[in-house]
Amino acid sequence: METKTINSIPKTWEMEDLGNGRMVLNMGPSHPAMHGIVRILLTVEGERVVDSDVEIGYLHRGFEKTCENVTYNQVIPYTDRLNYVSPFINNVGFALAIEKLMDIETPERCKYLRVIMSELGRLEDHLTCIGANAMEQGAFTVYFYLINAREFLYQLTDSVAGGRVTPAYARVGGVTGDLPPDFKAKTAEVFRKVRKNLGDADKLLTRNRIFFDRMRGTGAISKRDAISMSFTGPVLRACGVPYDVRKATPYLVYDRFDFDIPVGDNGDNYDRYLVRMEEIKQSMRIVEQALAQIPEGPIRHADFNVILPAKEEVYGNIEALMAHFKLTYEGIKPTAGEIYQAVEGGNGELGYYVVSDGSGKPYRVRVRPPCFTLMAGLSKLINGGYIADIISTFGQINMIGGELER
Amino acid sequence: MNQDLIRTIQEKFPAQVTGTHAFRGDSTVTVRREALREVAGYLRDELGFEFLMDLTAVDYPEREDRFEMVYHFYSFKTNLRLRLKAPVNGKEPLIASLTPLWGAANWFEREAYDMFGIKFEGHPDLRRILMYDTFEGHPLRKDYPLKKRQPRIVHRE
Repeated sequence: METKTINSIPKTWEMEDLGNGRMVLNMGPSHPAMHGIVRILLTVEGERVVDSDVEIGYLHRGFEKTCENVTYNQVIPYTDRLNYVSPFINNVGFALAIEKLMDIETPERCKYLRVIMSELGRLEDHLTCIGANAMEQGAFTVYFYLINAREFLYQLTDSVAGGRVTPAYARVGGVTGDLPPDFKAKTAEVFRKVRKNLGDADKLLTRNRIFFDRMRGTGAISKRDAISMSFTGPVLRACGVPYDVRKATPYLVYDRFDFDIPVGDNGDNYDRYLVRMEEIKQSMRIVEQALAQIPEGPIRHADFNVILPAKEEVYGNIEALMAHFKLTYEGIKPTAGEIYQAVEGGNGELGYYVVSDGSGKPYRVRVRPPCFTLMAGLSKLINGGYIADIISTFGQINMIGGELER
Repeated sequence: MNQDLIRTIQEKFPAQVTGTHAFRGDSTVTVRREALREVAGYLRDELGFEFLMDLTAVDYPEREDRFEMVYHFYSFKTNLRLRLKAPVNGKEPLIASLTPLWGAANWFEREAYDMFGIKFEGHPDLRRILMYDTFEGHPLRKDYPLKKRQPRIVHRE
């Protein structure tokens, strides 16, 4: 058995007794509460966590390297696989980044569609997070209520984008498809069910003694530390910082909706849970307003040097045929330059830093994954607490391996 | 707004700022490698950029200073964003670590080290983060072949 010491934490594959009443425990990489594969090396004293080291990288796929070798639109399906619980936000974020690089705007209807799909994605993300977190703490019923609600939402997004987990919905300059004719009625029906299930979950969890005791005060972090660790999203808002990209630097048409940014006080797991519960309601509000406001019109950019022209155009117009050929073979060619575009992902600020050299392939695509900084701060959150608290904290961090390790 | 910000930094560090540009609404300031920590500290303490949103590098093999460190800052107080860049030589890639200023720099810098082989002076725990310990090379360098295969992690006894 190989044992080496890095940074005072013994790196071993097996349980080790350190002799002074402390021992080293492995949590993961294969552990039912580790959501995929993450390894936490714990130095424990009884039930207390004295020190910890988080090891990631088991799901690294070379996303950024791959992006440098494909055309811009070929990157879109890869972005699905970043945060696979809310893929629409990733699609939209990347498309927005390239549109910023090219300095183009999409039609109004397209912007509304992107908002609607992003918010449905956020709903799926938050429902999964709370449901899985509750399940890991023994509240299995809640898991089924919330995952049931998510299933209805998946069917809804499926009817628009033709995919549940990997929809590849956005394109640079547009989206792939418009809403089906009965979408408004269907959404109202789905939201009625989601609200019912959410209400049931709320009754089962929020004032539940066991749940409350395991969430209140565990995994807490101060506002100051959270900012220093560059936390964003619900975890930062639970500390009382009302930072949300949708409000701070509105993109698409978010400035036209009336919605609130819930914040917590204590920065602990319970506040994170409450913030997410409230955000689910706010996201539904946004979708309802967007569906009421959405104008008729095109869903793709008019210039067919940006996005594939309609098939009738391709067969009837030589310019469109050439554009179709060039877009397929060479891809769009944004001007050389660099931009950073942030959107509010399920877990916080999802940023794309794209460098273009003027060719059909990106020179560099960097993703700022929201849960990377959260995972970097995980040790801070769990040190000093009990081993059992790791389950609630890790669940509320909502680590998504796909975006964490790319 | 952006121009004001760039001018403020230029006036504060006339000798250290080597270039600036504003492109599509993003402000960028390039500084000398040696001045990085000083400028970053000024941004945090004087200009209110309390978030180190992102930290990464870009590889330009044809340039004299091969790597370019890219830092994205965000200020919640003023709602401004700023990109700070610093060139790093390719022979001995070394730059000051921002871990004393931001806790978030720890993992970001480990990733930059893992992917590009850039070393960070003053980093408390610089080791690979996404790749495994026995991995050879740095995959996001432009000269690392796309389809190169390496033996996976050694199976333990």
